Amino acid sequence: MTALLTIIVLVFITVAIWQMVKIFDLANANNESSQIANDKDNRVNGYLMLGFLAFIYIITIVCVVKWGDLPLMSNSASEHGQTIDNLMIISMVLIFVVQTITQFLLHYFAFKYKGEKGRKAFFYADNDKLEFIWTIIPVITLAGLIIYGLFTWTEIMGVNEDDDPLVVELYAQQFNWKARYAGQDNTLGKANVRLINLDNANILGLDESDPNAQDDVITTELHLPVGQPVLFKMRSQDVLHSAYMPHFRAQMNCVPGMITQFGFTPTVTTADMRLTSQMIDKVANINRIRAEKSKKLIENGEEALERYEFDYLLLCNKICGKSHYNMQMKIIVESQEDYDAWIKEQKVFKNSLVQN
Amino acid sequence: MSAQADTHDHDDHEHHHHKETFVTKYIFSQDHKMIAKQYLITGTIMGVIGVLMSMMIRMQIAWPEEPNVLFEALLGKWAPDGVMDADIYLALVTIHGTIMVFFVLTAGLSGTFSNLLIPLQIGARDMASGFLNMVSYWLFFLSSVFMIISLFVEAGPAAAGWTIYPPLSALPMAQGGSGMGMTLWLVSMAIFIASSLLGSLNYIVTVINLRTKGMSMTRLPLTIWAFFVTAIIGVVSFPVLLSAALLLIMDRSFGTSFFLSDIFIQGEVLHYQGGSPVLFEHLFWFLGHPEVYIVLLPALGITSEIIATNSRKPIFGYRAMIASILAIAFLSTIVWGHHMFISGMNPFLGSVFTFTTLLIAIPSAVKAFNYITTLWKGNLQFNPAMLFSIGLVSTFLTGGLTGIILGDSALDINVHDTYFVVAHFHLVMGISALYGMFAGIYHWFPKMFGRMLNKNLGYIHFWVTAICAYGVFFPMHFIGMAGLPRRYYTNSNFPLFDDLSNVNVVITVFALIGGAFQLVFLWNFFYSIFYGKKTVQNPWKSNTLEWTAPIKHIHGNWEGALPEVHRWSYDYSKPGHDEDFVPQNVPLKEGEEELQH
Repeated sequence: MTALLTIIVLVFITVAIWQMVKIFDLANANNESSQIANDKDNRVNGYLMLGFLAFIYIITIVCVVKWGDLPLMSNSASEHGQTIDNLMIISMVLIFVVQTITQFLLHYFAFKYKGEKGRKAFFYADNDKLEFIWTIIPVITLAGLIIYGLFTWTEIMGVNEDDDPLVVELYAQQFNWKARYAGQDNTLGKANVRLINLDNANILGLDESDPNAQDDVITTELHLPVGQPVLFKMRSQDVLHSAYMPHFRAQMNCVPGMITQFGFTPTVTTADMRLTSQMIDKVANINRIRAEKSKKLIENGEEALERYEFDYLLLCNKICGKSHYNMQMKIIVESQEDYDAWIKEQKVFKNSLVQN
Repeated sequence: MSAQADTHDHDDHEHHHHKETFVTKYIFSQDHKMIAKQYLITGTIMGVIGVLMSMMIRMQIAWPEEPNVLFEALLGKWAPDGVMDADIYLALVTIHGTIMVFFVLTAGLSGTFSNLLIPLQIGARDMASGFLNMVSYWLFFLSSVFMIISLFVEAGPAAAGWTIYPPLSALPMAQGGSGMGMTLWLVSMAIFIASSLLGSLNYIVTVINLRTKGMSMTRLPLTIWAFFVTAIIGVVSFPVLLSAALLLIMDRSFGTSFFLSDIFIQGEVLHYQGGSPVLFEHLFWFLGHPEVYIVLLPALGITSEIIATNSRKPIFGYRAMIASILAIAFLSTIVWGHHMFISGMNPFLGSVFTFTTLLIAIPSAVKAFNYITTLWKGNLQFNPAMLFSIGLVSTFLTGGLTGIILGDSALDINVHDTYFVVAHFHLVMGISALYGMFAGIYHWFPKMFGRMLNKNLGYIHFWVTAICAYGVFFPMHFIGMAGLPRRYYTNSNFPLFDDLSNVNVVITVFALIGGAFQLVFLWNFFYSIFYGKKTVQNPWKSNTLEWTAPIKHIHGNWEGALPEVHRWSYDYSKPGHDEDFVPQNVPLKEGEEELQH
């Protein structure tokens, strides 16, 4: 209904504008009806340029004030996330400064030098010195950013085996995720989708004869002990997926036919994250929005929405088919003890098989 | 050169005696001016379809659960009771991307203006091969027809995203759209690439061989430089996409395993073994990234020309502009991997691509600064074309700057495939190139149709579009940084994103207003073709050669001999001349120095 109303309003606005232009044209008909910009057009559009500059600044400020708390920029829940956030903030500040200055120059010059009949422009075709300056400044700035970025990247992507990371497989299929823990030996058993046997519930295609596979644990929730480095091995059984864990600043594609990897160390437990003031505000805001929506739903005789409680999520971030928009898995970061207790409750692979 | 010109004169006579029929003049025309118009009209129609799709996408995102009459009317069985189906949402996203990138901003922009301007601005009678040029257009038309037909396929049009990554695009059981819809998509693109290659080769040969007497490479207008370099990028990179498309067709229909391996889907293991989807990504982006510049460079060329003309000033740093076009062109072929930082390729490659990608910022910055300096102390004539050109510089800056984040592999991890990317590329290549196209249309409409567009409608069109473009894409950065993935049919399964829904409504309202105001342009365009005010010979007081050609189109462009060129095309407000422009065919005065370029 809202959409329909919007469309109708738009149509009316369009008609109104068209009528205004017609009137404008008729009023102009006696004078000069040329379609080339005259001094009046230059003046009007010159001022509009200044107005547009103001608009760009205003929309920037409004977005930052109103929605500035949305970006994931200072609440990362992983060790390397801090470095990414720092680099992001530096880049953002830099962009903001350059954007403010260049947009000012562009629109201010447009306003200042708006055309007048009889004036002659300044014939100025070249200045090697100036051009050298604005080639060299980006070169230096970018060199700094590139070096910083490359160090960060190498640090994130390099897996340090000395840390003895917990090895976890993220397994993607249309349209859900599974996690496979390596068990006591911390070595994932061999697997290939060709070994999938739905009859005996070998759903991830583990090699049933591989001793490393016997103690593997397959789950539909991802539990991680806080402070423990984790190395994810990604696998997909059908199409491309992408394991996206925004709160940990982590993402890697899952590619059928190959194993990809990404490692990080979670630093904040789910419980602690829920208690940060930023998260309390965010969740309160979301619940306010949900309560409003629920009111409408109840009026229509439907069920109200559940209250929202924060959880880390693993999302699919590579288009993978019809239900791509609902391919998610809950991530729970908890203390080592809680994790140990949880993993103990899970069935190991050899016991999960159905014997016929 | 003059001998060549003579033979052309001869040709010209023959053509005059030829009786033109309706078919040879309007349909199977070999005249570059008519072909340019055909490209423009076809591109415009495809553009209307593409924009309409984006409106539906935006409405779905803003009001996901609500039935919508527009959906019911336009989508038919795909929107029972006006509620959009999830499959068709992905199809809309896919076809919107394909149409806008290839059919509107490649063929519609480059096809139109390369065809119109290359012969006219270099002083040639026509393209090197009029016949190939005609074939190029009709192949483009054919590919458009295939793309449109694919919309009506039973199981739905292609829906794997415009990047059509396999295995999703290769397996009909993975998605409805990967059946007949994808086949037609691939066929359409294969034809499109053939068309693009024929066009590009023609442009290259024409620029190299058919410049009139005195038109050295360093006197060429920057438009021609841009079209020329664009054509070279196209010839280098499009064949790679063709090979990717052919290999994908082999995988789909003939059982090969170039891109597929170890797949278990719908309860069965498929026979594919040993292929890699990452290979497809490499092949796709080897075109896909240069494609960004294939779209953007012509727009920048057009902008250079229009900003100089309407500032009544020479373009600042002509040589630096050419150098940066060449640098961008070269770098564009070695940065494709920045689309693949997290594809599973070796992280070391990521480092290399970060390095080359951020280098592109340097020539881009030079271009932006040179535009700004061109405005400085000018005498700016705010014709609609000029407004769109300034708008282009503005969006090019805003969109380009966020490229510093996306090109940085470490930062890309968290914003990859989110709405941050959508905002970035829409501003820097979508909106910018679209502005370039609009600028070109407003500027050269008199040359194409002999009539003027209404300037007041042009002003309204620009200002509303400019505000809406920022209104749509500026807030979008924020929801992207909040981690919202793109290509989600609805976000309602993620309470985490509930606080983004009002931002999405704001964006959609701006998008709908902006989209509706394109009707102002369409009206202006089609009305003025027939009833616009008649143009004068050189309405913008421009230096380039096309304005010395007669208003009424004749085959061969100029009556009598071809114009001779004596100077570069940017002698605006040159001291020592009474007028503030000196056309390229005016000989140097005694004692006048030509700028050394």
